[in-house]
Amino acid sequence: MRRHNSDVDVDDLHRAVLFSRPEAAIDQPRGFSRRSFCKLLGGGIVILITAKPAKLFAQRRAYPEDLNAYLRIDENGAVTLFSGKIEMGQGIHTSLAQMAAEELGVSLDAITMVMGDTDQCPWDQGTWGSQSTRMFGPAVRAAAAEARTVLMNLAAKKLEVERDKLVVEHGVVSVAGDRTRKVTYGELASGKQIARLVDEKATLRALKDFKVIGRPTKRLDGHDKVTGRAKYAGDIRRPGMLYARILRPPSHGATRKSLDTSKAKEMSGVTVVEKGDLVAVLHADPEGASRALGLIKSEWDQPAAAFDTESVGDYFVKNGGDGEVRAAKGDVSSVTENVVHSTFRTGYLAHAPMEPHTAIAELKDGKMTVWAGTQSPFGARSRIAQTLGLDEKSVRVITPFVGGGFGGKSAAGQAVEAAQLAQITGKPVMVAWTRGEEFFFDTFGPAAVVKINSAADDKGKIISWDYHVYAAGDRAAEMFYDVPNVSLKTYIGRGGPRVHPFATGPWRAPGAGTNVFGRESQIDIMAAAAKIDPLEFRLRNATDVRLRRVLKAAAEAFGWKAAPGPSGQGRAIAVCSDAGAYCALAAEVAVDRATGEIKVKRVVAAQDMGIVINPEGAKMQMEGCITMGLGYVLSEELNFNGGAIADRNFDTYELPRFGAVPRIETVLIPNDDLAPQGGGEPAIVPMGAVIANAVFDATGVRLFRLPMTPARVLAAMKA
Amino acid sequence: MKQSIRFRLNGKPVALDTDDDRKLLWALRTDLDLTGTKYGCGEGFCGACTVAVDGVAVRSCQTPLTSVQGKNVVTIEGIERDGKLHPLQKAFIDHGGFQCGYCTSGMLMNAWAFLQKQPHPSRDAIVQEMGGNLCRCGAHQGIIAAIQEAAGKGGAR
Repeated sequence: MRRHNSDVDVDDLHRAVLFSRPEAAIDQPRGFSRRSFCKLLGGGIVILITAKPAKLFAQRRAYPEDLNAYLRIDENGAVTLFSGKIEMGQGIHTSLAQMAAEELGVSLDAITMVMGDTDQCPWDQGTWGSQSTRMFGPAVRAAAAEARTVLMNLAAKKLEVERDKLVVEHGVVSVAGDRTRKVTYGELASGKQIARLVDEKATLRALKDFKVIGRPTKRLDGHDKVTGRAKYAGDIRRPGMLYARILRPPSHGATRKSLDTSKAKEMSGVTVVEKGDLVAVLHADPEGASRALGLIKSEWDQPAAAFDTESVGDYFVKNGGDGEVRAAKGDVSSVTENVVHSTFRTGYLAHAPMEPHTAIAELKDGKMTVWAGTQSPFGARSRIAQTLGLDEKSVRVITPFVGGGFGGKSAAGQAVEAAQLAQITGKPVMVAWTRGEEFFFDTFGPAAVVKINSAADDKGKIISWDYHVYAAGDRAAEMFYDVPNVSLKTYIGRGGPRVHPFATGPWRAPGAGTNVFGRESQIDIMAAAAKIDPLEFRLRNATDVRLRRVLKAAAEAFGWKAAPGPSGQGRAIAVCSDAGAYCALAAEVAVDRATGEIKVKRVVAAQDMGIVINPEGAKMQMEGCITMGLGYVLSEELNFNGGAIADRNFDTYELPRFGAVPRIETVLIPNDDLAPQGGGEPAIVPMGAVIANAVFDATGVRLFRLPMTPARVLAAMKA
Repeated sequence: MKQSIRFRLNGKPVALDTDDDRKLLWALRTDLDLTGTKYGCGEGFCGACTVAVDGVAVRSCQTPLTSVQGKNVVTIEGIERDGKLHPLQKAFIDHGGFQCGYCTSGMLMNAWAFLQKQPHPSRDAIVQEMGGNLCRCGAHQGIIAAIQEAAGKGGAR
């Protein structure tokens, strides 16, 4: 493979960038200049990735060319890794550092992470979709590998030996066989100003040589998080800052017909802002701001509701139109016998991160700096710049630790509000949504409907699969069992603002949980009708090697006892493919027939996610998926009537608590032939189906709607 | 009404001259600059704001500042000993008892106060006692394991 990169000192950099790459003339990097490189570089060694990683690393999404460095080795040997990704609990703060440490040949604690700072980090679209490791990871490894090449070249010169005679460990390069002849990375970087441009695949370490990748590693952010030192947006303090509370409508779509802020204005220490729809009170103390908000009087007109918690599914089906064919094979209409018709439903879901949306904005010397809890710092920068009429260069978004996201912190509305108020008042302003605001302005995961008509022959082979999904999209809906006749249609996509009465957006593995709840429930229904053990039924219909492997691994770890359902064991299995990974869950439940309460006793997860960077982190993500999944399966569903949202706190919107958490066991299936795949979402995806199937196995009663609340279980048992 | 409120905070005396209708959470986070204690729900449903008052876990978002007059308040910033992590803190790291970390201070303080009164709890007792603390990331299994381990290693100190 052609490699194109060259050591360039600062004087040569401009020329090197502009003229050494054939595509540069038509694809000139934005803003490249000697001056900015000097500013960027300081001293030491900087690794930049200048060509589009989309092209280089087979990423699906394009990264624009970017001035910001991926990796820097300072003259004192300190290594800094820069990432536009953010840390919200998923553990990439640790796994990205592992990848850099591995390729660079330094110990993990030698690496400092800078994440989500738009002035310092390379551009990034956002942290979502289990993409950080599988898509940004290759860029990190390439940058670190290039840095190692630079350093080894310098060491070879300094130690006067051939490069292949050198070994590196913990940032110290020495001559193989004579460890007394050595030089540190810091010594090599000292007095240097080297920028290296990576624009093709770097030489990566081979799997067999891995020392850091693949080793279970404790989280590097642990110490800060157990001592209370970890800073979130709400923990940032600026001199003279004010806390803002904003007047909110009683329901989405409501219009204000009167406003009286006179009482709030009389309160001492209060600043009242009225600018168009934005009405806010600000105070040096957050409780003072809340009191002032309570003094504002307003009246609102509220629009009529088109549907509510109970009628949303019927509304979608009635207004779904003709749909869009996403997959078609054979002819589903040719199969007319033994067709099983089922309709599955799921409700709107709140992300409910423990940290509500929070941001603090400060305008200083013409630059707006915003510390925000967001999954998309660069997206937030664009929105702030647009709203405030500023150049993007005049806006900096810094992302401290984020207290959970799950897809819900992609829009950064609170960062825009804080920046607006800082611009208006000229003071640093914090906007911290209350839990009630969080439940109101969340971008909820959409309610959805899945309708399936399917048939199997008398040997238990599925012959027809006619699949219709409303408002969930088709993620994880693809038919990975071997079926000759398949039709997959989506209706109204995931909805969007013209369909839903409030904002909706991605919720951990968007739509996948709904699709797999439908598919894997329907598979179980067919297995039971054919009087075949549900694991055996799946294996009989699957040739996909990875699919079969996770099914068997989950069953084996669970101690699966084959029997057609309902077997009375209260156990079940379900499987998905998502984010490039395969995940099978086996679960055991007990159902209280008097109360309708489902107790999940045990969940075993088997996952194939390719090379695993941090097995410890991967297992934490799987456990987290399963635990979070209990919520949408058993208790979580947003209650609403049109734009009026009834659930505004955790008393009525019930997250899983300690008492609900089962015994969880995780199995990572070795698959080192495959590059790292996504691990932040797959295990939450089959939760609906595996629990519904286990309830059927325990009781013989089938549930078609999530969440499976005690009232719904009782109603199903009576029917 | 302004009032002078005096109490011990993490072993040291503090005095605040402030309005008498404030909540402990906001006094800690703003006046006293101890931001380890978090706001989560504002109504006592989630436990993110848990601190110990005279050794008992309370929801600081529901605790009137005036009610801690003369008492001993311990926050997440106050459980390290001689610059070393408390056994609970160490066990939370070792067992992966956190992900995003936002609920972690409240989890630790609830567990800390619990172990003071019940140094060797059963697993069921831990599950019961921690029931008022929410974790959205799903670190529950690690948290339970961490509390069990710390209890066996002098976590009641």
